[in-house]
Amino acid sequence: MKRLLLSVATLWLLSVLIFAGARMLPGNVGRAMLGPFADARAVEQLNHELGTDRPLLEQYATWIGGFVTGDLGESYAYRAPVAPFLWTALLNSAKLALVAFLMVVPLGLLGGTIAALYRDRAADRILSALGLAATIVPEFVSGIILILIFGVWLRWFPISATAPEGAGLLTQVYHLILPAIPLVLVLFGYIARMARAGMIEALDADYTRTAVLKGLSYPRVIWRHVLRNALLPTISVIATQTVYLIGGLVVIEILFQYQGIGSLIYTAANKKDFPMLQAGILSIGILFTATTLIADLLYALLDPRIRHGGDE
Amino acid sequence: MTETSSLRIEGLSVGYSVKGQMQRILDNVSIEIGRGEAYGLVGESGCGKSTTAFAALRYLPRNGQVESGRILIDGHDVYALDTAQLQDLRRRSVAMVYQDPGRALNPSIRTGRQLAEVFELLGEQRADWQRRSVEMLERVRIRDPLSVMARFPHQLSGGMQQRVCIAMALASNPSLLILDEPTTGLDATVEAEVLDLIRQLRHDLKTSILFISHNLAVVAQMCDRVGVLYAGQLVEEGSTAELFRAPRHPYTAELLRCLPDRNRSKADAPLSTIPGFLPLPGSITQGCIFAERCRLADPLCRAVIPEAKWSGDGMSRCHHEDRIGELRATGTGLPSASREPGLGEPVLELHQVSKTFGQSAHHIRAVSEVDLTLREGETLGLVGESGSGKTTLAHAILGLTRPDPESTILLDGKTLGARLADRSLDQVKAMQIVFQNPDSALNRSHTVRRMIGRTISRLLNLSPEERTRRIEDLTRAVRLTPRHLSARPRQLSGGLKQRVAIARAFAGEPRVVICDEPTSALDVSVQAAILNLLVELQSSERVSYIFISHDLGVVRYISDRIAVLYLGRLLEVGPAKAVFEGPHHPYTEALLSSVPSIEDRPAHRVRLSGEIPSATGPMTGCIFHSRCPRKIGAICETQEPPRLQLGPDHVIDCHLPQDRLGRN
Repeated sequence: MKRLLLSVATLWLLSVLIFAGARMLPGNVGRAMLGPFADARAVEQLNHELGTDRPLLEQYATWIGGFVTGDLGESYAYRAPVAPFLWTALLNSAKLALVAFLMVVPLGLLGGTIAALYRDRAADRILSALGLAATIVPEFVSGIILILIFGVWLRWFPISATAPEGAGLLTQVYHLILPAIPLVLVLFGYIARMARAGMIEALDADYTRTAVLKGLSYPRVIWRHVLRNALLPTISVIATQTVYLIGGLVVIEILFQYQGIGSLIYTAANKKDFPMLQAGILSIGILFTATTLIADLLYALLDPRIRHGGDE
Repeated sequence: MTETSSLRIEGLSVGYSVKGQMQRILDNVSIEIGRGEAYGLVGESGCGKSTTAFAALRYLPRNGQVESGRILIDGHDVYALDTAQLQDLRRRSVAMVYQDPGRALNPSIRTGRQLAEVFELLGEQRADWQRRSVEMLERVRIRDPLSVMARFPHQLSGGMQQRVCIAMALASNPSLLILDEPTTGLDATVEAEVLDLIRQLRHDLKTSILFISHNLAVVAQMCDRVGVLYAGQLVEEGSTAELFRAPRHPYTAELLRCLPDRNRSKADAPLSTIPGFLPLPGSITQGCIFAERCRLADPLCRAVIPEAKWSGDGMSRCHHEDRIGELRATGTGLPSASREPGLGEPVLELHQVSKTFGQSAHHIRAVSEVDLTLREGETLGLVGESGSGKTTLAHAILGLTRPDPESTILLDGKTLGARLADRSLDQVKAMQIVFQNPDSALNRSHTVRRMIGRTISRLLNLSPEERTRRIEDLTRAVRLTPRHLSARPRQLSGGLKQRVAIARAFAGEPRVVICDEPTSALDVSVQAAILNLLVELQSSERVSYIFISHDLGVVRYISDRIAVLYLGRLLEVGPAKAVFEGPHHPYTEALLSSVPSIEDRPAHRVRLSGEIPSATGPMTGCIFHSRCPRKIGAICETQEPPRLQLGPDHVIDCHLPQDRLGRN
C-alpha cells in the first residue's frame, strides 16, 4: 500500500517536471506550427485557440485534469486526439520489446549460468568478455552494421521494421528481428553478468553444500536447489530493463523506420507538440513505475522470505 | 571384511593453493573413530578443524587438495570412489550438520520437501516420505511435525532449524555423523537442548560422531575421546576425562587455563593468555609448531620435531611432557584487579525504562519497566536469551533508540535526553559502546590512526600535538604497538581489531562503556587477553561497564553485579557471586544449568521447555510462567510476582518463598 502511494507521488512529480521541461523548450508553439512566414496575428490567434497563451499553472491544471480522466488532449501538429497515436506507438514499441526480450532473456540467463558453472575457466572468460564487448557497442553502431550486412548485403532480413499493412504475426516478427538484435547485444552482457553473480552466490551457499552432502547428483543440485535462488535477483533486474526496451529506443526506431513511442516523442519534441510529448513521456513514466512494482511483486512471489515477511 | 572403525583418517595432509602457492593447512593428521564412538576435535580458528571434516566428505573448497593420506569411511576409501559411489556414500553412510542452520536449509523450499528428499534419495516409496519425515521430526522432539514441514526455514527459530538439519542428517541412519560447531550461535538454553538431543539420539542410534567445536566445555560433555588440533597438526589426543584433567601438551594446558569459568572472578586473578599468534600455514618447518608460543620451549623444541608419544590410549607431541605441571604452577605475572567493587557513587540510573515497538495494531514490548543502577568503576553483567531485550536496553541507554515516555535515564544525577541529538557533547562522550563484531564496526578503508584520531577530534577539543599524544596513549593502553597505527583492519587479527574498537570507545574518557558480546567472535586465548585488558582499563580509568554476553563464564568473571533479563523484564539483579550461588530465580537457575562446563557433569539439570514466547499481547502474572520449571500454580499466571529482597543488593521477582528458591 505504502509502495503504491509512493508510486503515485513519483508520477505526480514526474508530470510536473515533464510539463515544466516541455515549456522550457525555446520558441513559440503557434510560430512553430505555422512556419516563419505566417502572419503574427494568425500566430497569436492560434496560440489563443490552443490555450498556450494562458498562465502556466492553469495550463498544467487543465492538462493533468484531463490526463487522469483519460483525456490526453489534442495533438497540436495533427489537430486530432493524442490517444490513438499514443496507443499505436506503445503497441508497436511493445512488439519490438517483446521480440528482443524473448531473445535476450533465455540467452542471458543461459550465458550467465554456463559462465558460473565453468567459473574461471575458458567458457566463463569468453562469455564475460563477449558480454562486456557487446554492451559497450552503442545501438546505432551495431544497428547500422546489421543493416549493412543482413539487410543490404545478404538480404536476409528487411531493413524496415514496419511490416506491410495487414501482415500476419510471423511476418511482423520477421521484420522485428533485425532491429531487436542491437537491443539483445546491449542487454545480453548485463543479464548474463547478473545471472552469473546470482548463480555463484547460490553455488557457494551453505544450502547447496547441504544438498551435495545429502548425496544428490550434481545436475539435480543445480536444478532443484541452485537455479531458483540464483535467478531471483536477476528477474527483478530484467523487469526494470523492460522500460529501457520500450521507452529508450529512439535511435533504433528511427534507424529502422519504426513508429514506436521513441520516434513519437522525438517527432513531438521537434514539432513542439506539447500534448503528444507530455503524454508520451508520462506514459513511459507510468510504465517504469508499474514494471518496478511488478518486479518487486514477482520477487516476493518467488522468495518466501519476503512473501511471508509480515507474519512471523 | 569387517571394519571396526566408522572413520579412519591416515596421515592426512591438505593444502590450499593461494595465489598459485600451496599452503599446507593439515599436516599428517591421523584420527580413528570406532563404531558408536564420539570424538571431539578442538582447536582455535584456523587450525584446520573444518578442513578435516570437509576433506572426509570429499568436499574441499575449489582451491583445496588432499596432498597425501587416506580417508576411510566404513572401510571405503573416500577418494577412490567414483561419482556414483561417492553419492551413495553420502546418502547412506555419512551425514553432516554445521553451524548456522538458517543458511544450511534452502530458503525457497519448504522444510518438509527438503526432508523428504533424503528418503527420495534412499529410494523409498513416495507414499512413505511423509510418514518417515514425521517420524524423524518426532525423533528430534518437534511437537508439531506437520506444521513444521509446511513451513519455510525462515519461519522457524534457530533451534528448530537445527533440529530439522539434525533430522535430515540422521534420516538415513548413517554410521558417521559429523557435527561442525552445531550449537555455536544458539542461545545457551537452546544449545543445551540441542546437545541433550544429540546425546539421546547417539544413544538410540549408535551413530559415531565427529564433533568439531572451539568450545572445550561442549566437547568435554559430548565426547568419549578428544583430539587437539594446532596449526594443522594433531598435538594431543586422549580420552576426554584424562585430557581435560591432566593435559599432556602445553597447548592444551594453556588453552584450558584461558577459560573463564563460574568459579573465577576478576578479583581472584587475571586470566592467563597464550602469547603470540597462530603461525601462518607452512611457516614453521623446523622443530615443534608450538615452540614459538610455548613457555616450556628450549633449543631442542626449536630444532627437532617432536614425535607422537603414546601412553595408554593418549598421544602427545611434546619433548617436555613431564614438565607440563610447571605451567600450572607459574602465575601469569599480571597483577589482579585490586579494588573493592560496588563502593562508588551511582553513575547511571535507570527508572522504569521501557521500549515498545509499535506497528499499527502490533505492539511489542522489548523492554519493560527496568530499574537499574550502575556505580562508578562497576561492571554490570546483563544476561538473557536472544530476544530478551539486552541490545534494545543498551540502545536506549546510548540514545540510539527513543525509550517510552515514562522512562527516565540519569547520568551523574542528571536526566538524559531520549535521543542522541537531545544530549550534550559531554553526555555523548560519557557513554560509548564496543560491539561484538569489530569487522563491521571498523571502517575498512581507514588506518587505525585515522579511526582513533577521528573519534578524538569528534569528542575532544585538542591541539594537534595533544591529539597525537592521546592517540599514542590510547594505543599503548590497549596494548597495540605504534606500528599498528598505520595498519588497516584487514591487516589485523580479530583480537587486534577488537583492541582498536576498545581504544576508540575509550578515546573520549567515557564514564560508561557498554560491551555488547565483545569477545564472542574471538578464540578463547584472545578472549582472555581482551577480558584482561577491559579489567585493567577499568581499574586505571574508573570506568563502569555494562557487559552483555551469553557466555556465563565470561559474565561471572568480569561482573561485579549481574542482571537477568527475560522478555524485556528484569527477573533478578544481584552481586555476581550471589546470583551464581543462589538462591536464585528459577530462570537464572535454568540458564546456569544449561551451561556446559568442563569439570562437572551435573546429574540434575533444569531444562526449559518450549520456545521463548513472543512479547506481543498482554501477558498476565509472571512473565516466565509459561516455561517455568518451578511454577507453583495459578498464582503465577494471574498475579505479578512480588519483589524478594535476598540481600542488601540482591532482588528477585518470584512467587516462590525464599527458602524454596534453587541453589547451586
